[in-house]
Amino acid sequence: MPRLKPNAAIGAALVGLLLATILLGFVWTPYDPIAIDLDHPLAAPSAAHWFGADEFGRDVLSRAMLGARISAAIAAGVVAAAVSVGLMLGLVAGFVGGWLDRALMIVNDTVLAFPGILLALALMAVLGPSYGSLILALGVAYLPSIVRVVRAAVLSLREREFVEASRVAGDSGLYTMLRHVLPNALPPVVVLATSLFGWAILSESALSFLGVGVPPPAPTWGNMLSSARPYMERASWLSIAPGLCIALTLLGVNLLGDALRDWLDPRDDG
Amino acid sequence: MLSYIARRVLLALPTLMLVALAVFFLIRLIPGDPAVVMLGEGADKAAVAALHRELGLDRPLPAQFLTWIAHVLRGDLGQSISTGEPVAGLILQRFRLTAMVVLAAVSLATLIAIAAGMVAAWRRDTSIDLAVVGASTLVLAIPSFWLALVLLLVFGLKLGWLPFVGYVPFAEDAVQAALFLVLPILTLTITESGVLTRMMRSSAIEVMRLEYVTHARAKGLSETTVLRRHVFPNAFAPTLTLVGLTLGHLLGGIAVIETVFTLPGLGRLMVESILARDYPVVQGCLLFTACVYIAVNLVVDLCYPLFDPRVAAA
Repeated sequence: MPRLKPNAAIGAALVGLLLATILLGFVWTPYDPIAIDLDHPLAAPSAAHWFGADEFGRDVLSRAMLGARISAAIAAGVVAAAVSVGLMLGLVAGFVGGWLDRALMIVNDTVLAFPGILLALALMAVLGPSYGSLILALGVAYLPSIVRVVRAAVLSLREREFVEASRVAGDSGLYTMLRHVLPNALPPVVVLATSLFGWAILSESALSFLGVGVPPPAPTWGNMLSSARPYMERASWLSIAPGLCIALTLLGVNLLGDALRDWLDPRDDG
Repeated sequence: MLSYIARRVLLALPTLMLVALAVFFLIRLIPGDPAVVMLGEGADKAAVAALHRELGLDRPLPAQFLTWIAHVLRGDLGQSISTGEPVAGLILQRFRLTAMVVLAAVSLATLIAIAAGMVAAWRRDTSIDLAVVGASTLVLAIPSFWLALVLLLVFGLKLGWLPFVGYVPFAEDAVQAALFLVLPILTLTITESGVLTRMMRSSAIEVMRLEYVTHARAKGLSETTVLRRHVFPNAFAPTLTLVGLTLGHLLGGIAVIETVFTLPGLGRLMVESILARDYPVVQGCLLFTACVYIAVNLVVDLCYPLFDPRVAAA
């Protein structure tokens, strides 16, 4: 049992905090996150509103709590979509090989030729703003990296003795692939999926910040930052809470991902 | 060496072809009639018909693609629907600013990464190393657009050292223009240095473990010579790859920075045209960015032999 390193502990604590916030948000938020209170627009942080209130008098803390749920749900959707499709395509490409592999890789490299966020932007332009199109757009943008990692793992596994043994024993190709290759290809995918969750949170907030992600009034950290921008002079606190939420979540996910990588691939590379 | 270059360039051609195909079909993915989508629901019939002819939508798909690609190869990316300007000119004009900001930021971030990464690897597990690793981990978690907002708040609003938002072209007032670019470049330098530093550090650590480094030290070479002549050249390749990828992904990521600082760059153009449903401009920006991305990665590939002659021989 490896000793729990301090950065892994911090990562786990931050991710735990995110989960706790999301769960708490289901049963309780200080205020209704979308209730407008025009008597207190741009209220400064106080005992009543810990992180202040926005231009419509909506409580920033409550909105950040609901935003956590929306951002995390979208990121989880992106990871689930990209990993499931990526596993399938990577397995088939690496295990079957031949022309199918070449064709898949050409398409894969084409998608990789677009900077991820730009591709997602363009897809959002075509699909229109909705949760579904966000998941699809970001999923497509991140799919090629998963396919590459899975395929590389499968290619090296294909030559290993236990896979050869399964084939010699007369198992069908499909059985060998699912029973022996797939489970052993999972560790690098788990590490990548962790990072992907962080990237998806970041990209979703960037898209929402640009106004092509989650449309208001539903709060996400990105569109909260976007609507805080015009009030920077009068209400600088509006950009504190959502920004901190993104940064702490990313920090937690990154630390956890690093720890996971060290644990699954205990090569001493610092 | 020449055959290496030729092989790399040839490998990029099919990707370019497919990228063009993807960009062409993207506009066909829009549900409904693209001409109506572009002009808005209430557009008059004659305008829709005219746009149909202009985009060639009344002809079969392969013919449409050939016409489009023929135009693209001649540098004609069509006209902007909202302003009527030629898309190619618009892109080139906006790209200059974006390229300047991205190149400046990535160069600075690379220099920081080399210095910090090498020192951290050299003094591994000391407090210097811990500080470098801690700082780069923190920086990695900060969204660039939030950092941009915070820097604006501190240096633009509270301290008033730098202009708040906006932009003056270099031709009008070079000093003012440079001042407007300080914060965007600083933001990107900080956010991009994190991942580059981590990469530089971990590959330097791997190289330092190799026998020839021990040998070089045993020969009595000074630590600086060992680091400069033996560790760095062999540890830099992964960081260089990452620099290429960073340049490419910043072409997309810059959109948020240009939005925060209201800089009229390529990223802003892309976002504006998406919000305005100006699809010829969206298409042009995508195609252009993907080409630049491929070109940058090609240049990075071509740089490897400079650091490691074995690459060209392989």
